[in-house]
Order: sequence, then C-alpha cells, then structure tokens
Amino acid sequence: MDTNTNFTLAIEDLTVSFDGFKAVDALNFYLDKNELHVVIGPNGAGKTTVLDLICGKTKSTEGSIKFLNKELTKMAEHEIVRAGVGRKFQTPSIYENLSVLENLEISYPYGRGVYGSLTFKRNKTVLDKIHEIAKQIMLDDALDTEAGLLSHGQKQWLEIGMLLIQDPQLLMLDEPVAGMSVKEREQTAELLNKISEGRSVLVIEHDMEFVERIADKVTVLHQGKILATGDMETVQNDPKVIEVYLGH
Amino acid sequence: MNFVYEKLMGGKQGLLGFVLLAALILVIMPMFFDIFRLNLIGKYLTYAFAAVSLVLLWGYGGILSLGQGVFFGLGGYGMAMFLKLEASSPENTKIQSTPGIPDFMDWNQITELPWFWVPFESFTLTIIAILTLPALFAYIIGKAMFTRRVGGVYFAIITQVIAVILTILIVGQQGFTGGINGITDLRTLNGWDITSDSAKYFFYFLNAGLLLTVIVISRFILTSKFGSLLLAMRDKEDRVRFSGYDVAHFKIFIFSFAAMISAIGGAMFTLQVGFMSPSFVGIVPSIEMVIFAAVGGRISLIGAVYGTLMINAGKTAFSESFPELWLFLMGGLFISVVMFFPNGLAGLWNDYAPRVFPFLKEKAKTKDVPPVVTDETGKGTV
Repeated sequence: MDTNTNFTLAIEDLTVSFDGFKAVDALNFYLDKNELHVVIGPNGAGKTTVLDLICGKTKSTEGSIKFLNKELTKMAEHEIVRAGVGRKFQTPSIYENLSVLENLEISYPYGRGVYGSLTFKRNKTVLDKIHEIAKQIMLDDALDTEAGLLSHGQKQWLEIGMLLIQDPQLLMLDEPVAGMSVKEREQTAELLNKISEGRSVLVIEHDMEFVERIADKVTVLHQGKILATGDMETVQNDPKVIEVYLGH
Repeated sequence: MNFVYEKLMGGKQGLLGFVLLAALILVIMPMFFDIFRLNLIGKYLTYAFAAVSLVLLWGYGGILSLGQGVFFGLGGYGMAMFLKLEASSPENTKIQSTPGIPDFMDWNQITELPWFWVPFESFTLTIIAILTLPALFAYIIGKAMFTRRVGGVYFAIITQVIAVILTILIVGQQGFTGGINGITDLRTLNGWDITSDSAKYFFYFLNAGLLLTVIVISRFILTSKFGSLLLAMRDKEDRVRFSGYDVAHFKIFIFSFAAMISAIGGAMFTLQVGFMSPSFVGIVPSIEMVIFAAVGGRISLIGAVYGTLMINAGKTAFSESFPELWLFLMGGLFISVVMFFPNGLAGLWNDYAPRVFPFLKEKAKTKDVPPVVTDETGKGTV
C-alpha cells in the first residue's frame, strides 16, 4: 500500500501506552512543508511525548510516523537525526563544560563516526558555518565563553543553534521561551520566524502571547488526542478548547 | 610542528608537564636509584598504564570501570604464558612425567599443551595477542553493554563482576592457568635472562618509553573532536545522541582502547616483576587503579602517573613499617581527594603552579574541566 504524502511529517494512528495508560491515543497529525506549527495543551496532554515519539526517544506502541515519506518508528535516534529531524529539549541541553564554539562544533554534521571524529579538522568551512550560526543566535561575541556561564535564555538559543548548524528539515522545539525575560522572548520570536524559512518547525509552548506571534497553525492536544486544529483565532474560539484549556 | 605542539602535547602547560614527567622517569630516577628501587618504580609505572586508561574512560568518558585489572591481567598472563613456555623447554623439565609443558600442568596430570597455549610459543603471536585479545574482550563486553545503554553504577558493577569471574576462573582452572599461585619461575625472553640487571634496565626504559607514547596518543585522542565528544557524552549523553551520533560506538571504542593500554601495562609488569598471578586481576587491584587515577586527578593523563607513583611509594613505605595502618591511610586519602581536592594532584598543580611560576599564567587557557558532577542516575560518582 502506498501511503506516501506530500507532507513533511505525517503521523497516523499513533498510539503509545505506558502500562495501559495511553499518553498518545490514535493521533493523526500532518505538518506541511515550511509550516510553523505550535502544539498547546494542558499538562499531561502528551505534547512532549509526541516529540519523544518523533525523535525516537520513546518507541510507539502502534501507528506510523513518516518524515519525508521515511518511516521513523523503526529507526535509531541518531539515524532519525541524520535523516533531518532536530529536537530541542525542554530544559536547555547543552555541554556546559565546553565553550560555545565547541558546542556548535560538536553539533556540526560531519565526522560523526569514531574515525571521523578523530580526524576531524576545524577548518575554515567549519568555522565560517559556526560564525554564521552564532550570529543568528546572537552569540557571536560569546564563542569562547564556557556554555555553563551563559544566561538561561542564551543557553536556549545555543541549543537552537546546535540544531540549526545541522540544517534539519524538521525542527522540534520543546518550550523554547520557558524562563525567558520579555525581551528575550521577543528576540526568540524573531529568531523563530527567521529560521522557519525553508524548513518545517514544530513548537510546544505555553505562552499564548508568544504562540500568537509565531504560529501559522495551532493544534490543541488533550489527553493524547487532538482537540482542535487551525489558525490561532479558530482555536481560541473553539468551545471545546475554551472548556478544557483556555477557560481556566 | 604546530600539530605536534597543540595536538600531541596540549600546548604550553601540557608540554611542560610532559617534559617534567619524561625527565623524572627517564633521567632523574635512573640517576638516583639503584636497580632494585628502579625495578620497583618500573612496576609502579606499569600500573600507571591502567590509571591513564581510566583517565580516558572515567575522567573524560564518565564510564567507571571497576575491572581494569581484568585487562591488565590478560596482558600480563599473555606475556607470562610466553615466558613460561620458554622456561619449560624439554631439557629444563625432563624430570616431569610429561617434559616440555609448564610444571603446574604436569602437577595437575595434564599431559599435553592445551590448544590455547600453543600460539604463545611464538613471540610475535604473543605480542599480537596482548595487543588484540584484551581489546577484543572489551569490545564484546562494550558491545553487549553500551548498545543496551547499560551505564553508570550498573556498568561499574558488571565490570567488577567480570573481574571476580575471571579471578575465580583462573584460580579454579589450576591445570591451565597455574591457579592461585599464578605463573611463576619465569626466566628468559628469547634466551635473555630477564632477572639480569641489564634486562631490568632495558625493561624499565622500554616501559617508561611506552608509557610516554601512550600518553601522547591519548592526548591526541583527547584534543580531537572525539575528546570533546567524550566530555559531551559524560555530561549530556542524550544531547549527543540527538545530535546524530551513535553514542555506543564511541563508548565501545574508548573502552577497547583503554583495555589495550592496560594490557600493555600488564605485559610490562610480567617482564619486570617476573611472575603473574590472579591477585593482579581481581577487585582489589582494579579499585586501586581507580584510586591511582583519582588521586592523580581523573582528568589529567600526567597526573594519573604521579598519583600511581605516589600511592605505590606510600604503600611500600608504610606497609613495611605499619602494614595494618596502610589500608586506613589509603582509604583516608581517597576520601580526602573526593572531598577536598576533587581534581587530585593535577588540580592542585593547576591551581598553585601558575602562582609559583608566573610564566605559566599567560596561557593558562588550557581547558579546565570541572570534575564529574553527580547526576540523578549516580553516573560518574565515585
């Protein structure tokens, strides 16, 4: 059966159950090319689990996840990354003991084998790319700083940069502005709008003001199922959504 | 030249440390010690191979192996088997009921050389076996553990269990291994008396040279991207995995490499000490090796050598006069390292040396890696 689609990401009948509890329940979800899609939902709705399933951290019980018509559910984590899926974790997940430059260098998609990493050379191509990305994430002055010394917001940006340097077709961000100041939120929104050009971005976020600023499309997840999908206005006016989520 | 300076020596401080160490073990010690003491230091330096391997594996990779004695022992036994076969020529063993086989086999009613001993009649095959078999063994363990994501304390326990199993196996299979006594009464290497002073000098310098070479190669690994990846995996394994790396491959490689280094140390031990026994394989020596690395500074290749020398010298000095006290002293030392100077001797050097020698200060930019931080899984804890 040919189930190929034009979508960047096509999730069909995806279910995962932990000891009988269905964290994600027969989920169908499609992501267009170059779309910036935000997933919202109350705590425990299964948002992070969906990202875990896509990037291979959690194995699904049933269903399929197709990324550019490649089935991801059977692939190992590093293979999924190499296929072009990048994922940012909820708490900034960077190498605190290494400099910003080294953080980006490790993420540079070359020399990923044992031998390749031993013979990897920090040449001009690599450095140019690192500088380009560092500029985008507003850390070009901090390349030699130990990553652990960055502010919380800068750490979030650094992790985004570590994904960008791999130029993924699908970028997944788990609460990218959590813990950020107002100014940092604005800068992050700008950054996201910039980097979503030419790739699909899937964001989980709680901050509605921020969601409004960036989202092409919003999906509300509740108890592992989709409650509503559409642009921000449609979703905000959906009575079911108001009841379970926005109404509180 | 720049490659040698930056990649192999680790810049100014690294080069200075390396030159000091080389001067100490190649020039100063041979000048001031007689051959008996020098041979003793040579023995300590063989443990330093294992300590250096633990710097790579534990200090950088965060993989605590409590079984480096296994690989040290395998290397040592490989060399001992060759030497034993040479010592068991039919002329030397004509009073046995089966001449030409090692004496302990004869005592255990074995009448034929076991198949796995046969390759050790050749010196070339012995060297190949020492360099490959322990690494291969580590590869198999690593493959089984790391691809299943066994790590942290669980990995440490498993390596410890392997050390116990191997010890029991060696002791139990007396006819094949020499049992609890080990392989003793080793005499010559290709006809050259290994107990002669000239041989002892030769082995001392060979050992020191090999140790320095191992340090240089390890430094190359650590200054490459592989080294950064080791640190990255230690601190944020998931991030490395979700950056497109197959984490298990890297762990398997460094574990196998560490095994190979330890095995070289074991082989040099047999040559200098003249015997090999299960007491260098089990839990106690394996843990002692971890202490050597910890006292030296688990993120310093050169510090590990000093740590090994210091502890062993202390052990020899103290256990001669106060045998019971020594274990308490070593325990106390280990606790104080963990509590007061977690970067060991190397940490003290990095903190105080630039004050004493101001010329080190300008380029004290050599990476200062903080010690392993305990995380919720207990990974990287002592």
